[in-house]
Amino acid sequence: MATWSHLLFQDSASPTMEQMIFFHDHTMIILTLITTLVVYMMMNTMYNSFTNRVLLEGQEIETFWTIIPALMLIFIALPSLRLLYLMDEINNPALTVKTIGHQWYWSYEYSDFSSIEFDSYMIPSSENLPSSFRLLDVDNRTILPMNTQIRMMITAGDVIHAWTVPALGMKIDAIPGRLNQSSIMINRPGLFFGQCSEICGANHSFMPIVVESVNTSSFIKWMNSMVE
Amino acid sequence: MSTSIMSNVEALSTAPFDARFPNQNQTRNCWQNFVDFYRCRKVKGDDYEPCNYFKKVYQSLCPNSWVEKWQEQIEEGKFAGKI
Repeated sequence: MATWSHLLFQDSASPTMEQMIFFHDHTMIILTLITTLVVYMMMNTMYNSFTNRVLLEGQEIETFWTIIPALMLIFIALPSLRLLYLMDEINNPALTVKTIGHQWYWSYEYSDFSSIEFDSYMIPSSENLPSSFRLLDVDNRTILPMNTQIRMMITAGDVIHAWTVPALGMKIDAIPGRLNQSSIMINRPGLFFGQCSEICGANHSFMPIVVESVNTSSFIKWMNSMVE
Repeated sequence: MSTSIMSNVEALSTAPFDARFPNQNQTRNCWQNFVDFYRCRKVKGDDYEPCNYFKKVYQSLCPNSWVEKWQEQIEEGKFAGKI
């Protein structure tokens, strides 16, 4: 989760997020190089003595500064497309979890093996324990098995919401009447926090998401305890 | 379903990838499997075991509230799909 003075991304908990951080870093390197070059050239223009002020054309340099930016764009576009299609991939999921956004809570349904349904409300500040995270903890966490391909089905019951977990690289709109699908693979255990990311009314800020990633046997144990 | 089924790894399966619905939008996937289940039961009879595949898929994919609504509509004879 994000903590004080946290400026960059959260640590990734899924291969998708890992790739997104790599892509971000790659793009930022190119961006920094371009910005540095432009600043240098602006400085240079300001401080030089205009020895070439009657220069009207320069075929070589024009060819050069047309091709180089085109190449740079390709070097950004290709990794971007690769990531886009990787995120779209559905890798033979082992589990389907349905998430339904409501005003103002999330409800979850696990219907593969037995029907498990629960609502996940934020714990109000007045009931917070010293150990809980204000405006971020929920009464029923979304338990998910790690190292498993999970298919998330996301929809909403009333208005548009968005199911978001930054550490997993997830942000999917929950739209009434439409079922959106995304797949996640969590590669470590832990608690991953997120918040509704589509303004959905008065308590938009107060419907957080907590994903608890556990190992498979604990997950099955939890499922059994929910069925009984 | 009983607890013993869940401890069996074989039973831990969900709806597989369906090449008809490769997109992020899975609304039609849920709908089609729901309609197919009732259509299959109508054609093959209520006891025809393979029909339950559709049921398993739509139960995995569809929000429970949608299924309840559609089942109500079927009972009242105003379901929009062709069964």
